[in-house]
Amino acid sequence: MRLRALRRMALVRLAVAVPLLLAVSAVVFLLGAASPFDPIYQYYGTRIFTAAEADVARTREALGLDEPVWRQYLDWLHGAITGDWGISRTFGQPVAEVVAQRLPWTLLLAGAGLALAVLIALALGIITAWRPGGWVDRAVVAVAHSLEGLPTFLLGLGAIAAFAVALPLLPAGGVSDGTGQGGVAATLRHLALPALVLAVAQLPWLILTLRQQLLVSLADDHVTAARARGLPERTVVLRHGLPVALLPFVTTVGTRLPELVTGVVLVEEVFSWPGVAEAMVKAGLSVDYPLLVALTLLATAAVLAGNLLADMAVVLLDPRTVRR
Amino acid sequence: MTTDAWRAAGRRPGGAGGTGAMVPAKVRLGAAMGVLVTVVAAVIVLPMVAADTDPGAVDYDTVLLPPGPGHLFGTDDGGRDVLIRVALGARVSLVVAVVCALVATVLGTLVGAVAGAAGGLVDAVAMRLVDGVNAVPHLLLGILIVALYRGSLLAVIASIALTHWTTVARIARAQVLSLRTRPYVDAAISGGASRWTVLTRHLLPAVLPQSALAATLLLPHAVWHETALSFLGLGMPPHLPSLGTMVSDSRDDVLLGAWWTIAAPAGVLVAVTLAVAGLAGWWRDRLVPRRRSELVL
Repeated sequence: MRLRALRRMALVRLAVAVPLLLAVSAVVFLLGAASPFDPIYQYYGTRIFTAAEADVARTREALGLDEPVWRQYLDWLHGAITGDWGISRTFGQPVAEVVAQRLPWTLLLAGAGLALAVLIALALGIITAWRPGGWVDRAVVAVAHSLEGLPTFLLGLGAIAAFAVALPLLPAGGVSDGTGQGGVAATLRHLALPALVLAVAQLPWLILTLRQQLLVSLADDHVTAARARGLPERTVVLRHGLPVALLPFVTTVGTRLPELVTGVVLVEEVFSWPGVAEAMVKAGLSVDYPLLVALTLLATAAVLAGNLLADMAVVLLDPRTVRR
Repeated sequence: MTTDAWRAAGRRPGGAGGTGAMVPAKVRLGAAMGVLVTVVAAVIVLPMVAADTDPGAVDYDTVLLPPGPGHLFGTDDGGRDVLIRVALGARVSLVVAVVCALVATVLGTLVGAVAGAAGGLVDAVAMRLVDGVNAVPHLLLGILIVALYRGSLLAVIASIALTHWTTVARIARAQVLSLRTRPYVDAAISGGASRWTVLTRHLLPAVLPQSALAATLLLPHAVWHETALSFLGLGMPPHLPSLGTMVSDSRDDVLLGAWWTIAAPAGVLVAVTLAVAGLAGWWRDRLVPRRRSELVL
């Protein structure tokens, strides 16, 4: 029953995702076509100043840049579907290779950051909602509200200043010591600070949502009944209150995914993390169009997939959603 | 969040009143207003006081001076006064943020109100558009637009406004949907009012307070977005340095021990965003006391 619901949900989302990605790619293509940016300069680089005009015109023809926009778009689409995403000028590699090399690092950072955020939010959300108005609650809520106004890049720079410069505990950037030694332990040490910053940047929304939902569910009749039966407080909160509050929490995690992507961009930039988001910034700075398009689509696809996962998790957690 | 949630939250001792428990609302409001008035006054007055000196002029005799009597916030690596530069940067950031928030709000209100009033196919198309824009991470779309139209102020404003109107559109649409069934709208329709009259005379004015609130809530977000783009080197053109550009430029000064070149723009940035957010929160609580969480951006 649930499996069928999940499969239907995945198929419906896929049916929406394909036209949406096509639309996004078309809009991005039109933006590029309407902008003052001319790909011929990207191909030639500084050599454009010394190249003969006839040569430039011939190259333009050979690259298909003299064709109408829709024709170029179809060519690009054909390449994209067959796995040819073009060449990235910034990295001097095919786009697919750049993504393949860098994506694992981004997934590691985003995964670690999200996992940390969820774990900390669960712990603090439960503590604050269990004793609302207590000093822990008031401190956590006040800090959470203040963090909402703190830009992620400042948080990252502050973390570097505190834990890498003032107290030299952790490395300030990169993913290894440069010696090629140290293995997993070195990677973890380099991961700690960026992942923590990424987590803290997402925490306010997660903690405040969970706290609010838990306050509601702890006031529910079934929790009162559980208390009346004399169940231990632990059981009441964790097994009777928490499950109800978890559903909106999971949805919130899903809706925060675009913000997580934004956070990853800023954190990777601050910590020189060699992921796709840092590549996006580099590509933006040098108008590396094929890479920009590919990464925008990749991020959109990631957000759609993340939303689907969050909604599937809600179905798995909540039997009531199947009946609809 | 439902109204039940607030009622349930209110039942418990201590309540769920956010940060209100520690500092009275009036004090917080006063602090927010104070910060804003100070910053806006400084942004207007300081560049006028220093009008005879060129804020961009480099003077290597005064490089990286710590804060002191001559230079209240010290000087940067070009010997320029940090206080004046921060005032100019805050002006750029604030003006850009206000313009972005206004454009996004007008666009969002129009789309949302028309979608809600028209219903049917128009509504469906508009809302799918909202979903589509929301699915693309805003900062990435911003990077893309700014990269393609490099060094253009308009590109920065467009990249922020075009990605942030969706929240306003949702709010405006929800408001119009609930207003559409009110007796006074029925009365107008049965009185022979055209769709256009109903929309502009009866629905839009009732949506405006919500839209104005949404604009205020968008403001810190817009400041944040512009500074993030500028921080990445993809924001304001070089002759218009904003707070984000300044933070980005002075990253390396910290390693030289010159904390003030980054602390000044960062501090102003945080103070302004928190103050605007605090003001917006206070207004939101006044306007819609029971359903505020729906408006959290």
